Parts: sequence; C-alpha cells; structure tokens
Amino acid sequence: MIYVENKDLVIPGQVLSDDEYYSGRGTFKENGKVCSSLMGLVSLRNKKIRVIPLKSKYVPKKGDVVIGKINDVRFSMWDVNINSPYSGILPAFEVFGREKKELNKVYDVGDVLFLRVVDVDEIKKAKLGLKGRGMGKFKGGIIVDIAPTKVPRLIGKKGSMINMIKDKTNCKIVVGQNGLVWVKGDEDMEQLTKEIIHLIEAEAHTSGLTNKIKNKLYLAIDGELPPEEVEETEEEFVLEKPKLQNFKEELEEEEKEAEENKKEKEDKPNIAEVIEELKRKNKKDNTLSYGDNSNNSFILNNK
Amino acid sequence: MMSEMIRKDGRKFDELRPIKIEAGVLERADGSAYLEVGGNKILVAVYGPRESYIRRLLEPNTGVIRVRYNMAPFSVDDRKRPGPDRRSSEISKITADALRPALMLENYPRSMIDIYIEVIEAEGGTRCAGITAASVALVDAGIPMKDIVVGCAAGKVNDEVVLDLSEYEDKEGQADVPLAIMPRTGEITLLQSDGNLTEEEFAKAIDLAMEGCLEVSKLQKEALMKKYSTE
Repeated sequence: MIYVENKDLVIPGQVLSDDEYYSGRGTFKENGKVCSSLMGLVSLRNKKIRVIPLKSKYVPKKGDVVIGKINDVRFSMWDVNINSPYSGILPAFEVFGREKKELNKVYDVGDVLFLRVVDVDEIKKAKLGLKGRGMGKFKGGIIVDIAPTKVPRLIGKKGSMINMIKDKTNCKIVVGQNGLVWVKGDEDMEQLTKEIIHLIEAEAHTSGLTNKIKNKLYLAIDGELPPEEVEETEEEFVLEKPKLQNFKEELEEEEKEAEENKKEKEDKPNIAEVIEELKRKNKKDNTLSYGDNSNNSFILNNK
Repeated sequence: MMSEMIRKDGRKFDELRPIKIEAGVLERADGSAYLEVGGNKILVAVYGPRESYIRRLLEPNTGVIRVRYNMAPFSVDDRKRPGPDRRSSEISKITADALRPALMLENYPRSMIDIYIEVIEAEGGTRCAGITAASVALVDAGIPMKDIVVGCAAGKVNDEVVLDLSEYEDKEGQADVPLAIMPRTGEITLLQSDGNLTEEEFAKAIDLAMEGCLEVSKLQKEALMKKYSTE
C-alpha cells in the first residue's frame, strides 16, 4: 500500500507506504513502513521512494563543482567557505604544483573562486582543486545565494532554464552545486537576474515554471509577452540531482563568443557609441581621460 | 457533570486555547516559526547545521543541537531581569532533550544546530509552546527528523484534571504536567510533573495532554503545508 503520489508535498514523520516499497534518500524505515524524514516532494521510481527536500544544506560530494570564498590564507593552503557546514581547503600544490609562491599574492581573503571538490574525507572536510577550464577566480559580478536543492530547477531540463535567462539578460551565469550562483553582466541585468533566480528558488516546487519565468523575463526586458509558440511543451517537473552541468564547455563557448563579439565590435563600431564618444570628446576636451582612452581613440581613428 | 464544567476563561476541561502557527517568518534564519497560544507569543529561529565553532561541543559521529530559551524582559507583568536564569537554563535543557530523539543528525557529523526560542509574551505553558514552535522551525530549516515533536500540558485545577493550563490556572492550580511526544508513534520525549496528583489523576493528565498534543500536531502540519503549498 502506498499513501502518497509522485510530487506530493510531505512532512517529516509522514507515513509514505507499507513494506513493498524501498526507502530511498530522505526517507527511513520503521516497523515495516517507509516514512519521510524531510519536508519535500515525493519522487517515486521503480518501487523506490525518495523525498527531495525543499531546503537543505550543502554537504560536499566528490566531483561536484562549487563556488567558494577564501576565508583564510595559511602556510600551504587556503581555507575556503563553500556555503556548507563543512569548510573546504584548497592546497597550494593544487594551484602551483611544486612551485613555491606566496599564497596571498595569488588568492587573498575575500576572493571568490570556482572550484571542484577533489576529495571528501571522513570528517567531511572537502579538498578542493582547480582542474578544469573556467575554474579559478571570478572577476566582478555578483553572487546570488539559493538553496542547493533548487539548483537543478534553476538549470532546468538540459539547461533550458539557465540558457533562457542567459540569452535574455546577456549575463554570464555560473551555478555551483553548493547553491551559489555567480552572475556578471550589465548592472541592471545583474539585478534582474538576481530577482529571477530568487523567484525560481521561491517557486521551485510549482509546475510550469519555465513558461512563467519566460513571460516575466520578456515583460521585464521587452515590455511585452513572448510570441506564442506553436509547440507548447509543458515542462516536466523534475527536481533531481542534475547530471553534471558542463561548465567547462559553457565557459569555453562563452569565452569564444566574447572574443567574437569583441572582434565584431572592433570591426564595426556601433554608430551610436561613436556619436556619444564624439559628443563627450567635444564637451570636455581638456579634462583628463581615464583607462578606456585607447579604445576610444581607436574607434575614432576608424571613423 | 465534569465535561460541563467551565473554567475561568470559559473553556471546557479538554479545550485548548486558540492557537496560531506560522512557519518561515524570518528571512535570515535557516528555519523559523512564530506561534501564539492564548496569550503566549513565541518566535523561534534555527541556524544550521553549521560548522561548530565551539570545539568542545563537537561530536565526531553526529551533529549537536543547542537550545537557548529566553524570555523578553517585557514578556511578563512584572519586568523580568534580562539574561539567563535558573528557570530558562532548565527549559533550554529539557527542550533540547525533548527535540533530540526526533532529529537524525548522523548525516551531519561535527556540525551544530542552534535553536533560539524567544518568548515575546508569556501566559503559561511557554515550555510546551516553545517545543512545538521549535520543531516547526526545525522542519522549516530542512533538518532530517523522524517526527515533528509537539508539546502540550495538562494539570489539576479545583480538583479537576484539565488541558492546557493558562497562567492563572498554572499559578492557582494544584498540578502541572507538561508533555512532549512524537505523534506518529506516541513516544514521550518530555514529561515533567509539578504539584500533587494521585495515580489516576496522573494517568488521566497524561492521556489528556496526549490528546492535546495530537490536536496541536495537526495545526503544526497545517502551518507547514500552508507555507509551501502552491497558492
């Protein structure tokens, strides 16, 4: 006998089924009955009951990609806060190999890094590494904090949700499995993305979320609803651990794109920009100009 | 006869005071709950599991919980001297003991969970209300639990066993029996007794408090479901 259906909201201690079902994550067995140990949604598969929690803390797992903040610089390692009850360490040799350098010149307290969990020991301390492209320090951008269990929802089916947000806001987004999200783009867009991410977090357990978010994004950016699609595909409601999102590929692609964009820009300077620049130049010819100067003059020469 | 008896505040012998529970009221806490029982107003915040910053409390194979029960100076008629006292340290301890059997902290070794119970207004039965609110806040924080612990008191007033004592009944009454249970199995996690009761009266008080607990438990579940159900 089973007392719940797939995707039902359950609370701790609720009896889910009798003996013929297996107890999966988020459940326990007592007197032959499977009970929930968390507040979350039921996931049924092959007579196995699991409960996907609505809220939880990140527990490091080998192979995960996470975003961490340097907490402390020690003699041969960095202490990294990975938004978890367990702190991470980034040993110096993972960064420079056998070379000897001063640690705080490479990464200092407060730096935010994209890391991979190389190993987790028996006291759950996470050893971190930087193997893989795109790993390393973030420059600029903002960090958005969500519940780690909502990460799959933010990414969506095969990255549908995250890609949509990326396309629409033109922001770079990197999601760590510990529930931290790095966003970089236009300042307004960063804020919008942050709001959208929080909205996804708050409504992760509702269905048809992708369309809802899509409408919201279009309204916020274009001021109108998206054109009706002929093929309305109802987003299936999945809240599972994602297959590792390939950040490497994504970042590589993004880098490439960025380079291409740059080239394009250099090739054909935006007319509006040029006019702006000219105006500004005319206005304050004698004022000191800052860093971007070289670029400006380049555009002007081109003209 | 007995069921006809009306108490000072107009309740029947087995009637609870009006209860309001709300889950997830604090933004910055991992889990929180607000509870009103009669004149009691209680706010609970849960933080964690987080890295234990107190080395000596750390357990290598399981997580630990710490409870701080605190009454606001303005929570009672005469101003209460702020800070911990004998009574609040006792309640902190028994609350931790009442909640611990339900928690499954094996998954979070060497971590610590902090529970802060703040009594904003007190009107009798704050320890049971505190336990009730704390377990809602723990569920809200996403901490794995075997069951949602719930507390309720029974007592003896005017030679009559009654449920859920108010402040007046607590002071004027002959006995007070706070009880906390895990409602699914009916396991008792807290049982205290203050005052004089005969054996039968004691058994009756426990039965009554047990029923009260089950009643409150429904409200706890409702509050949690309300927080997260769609629309």
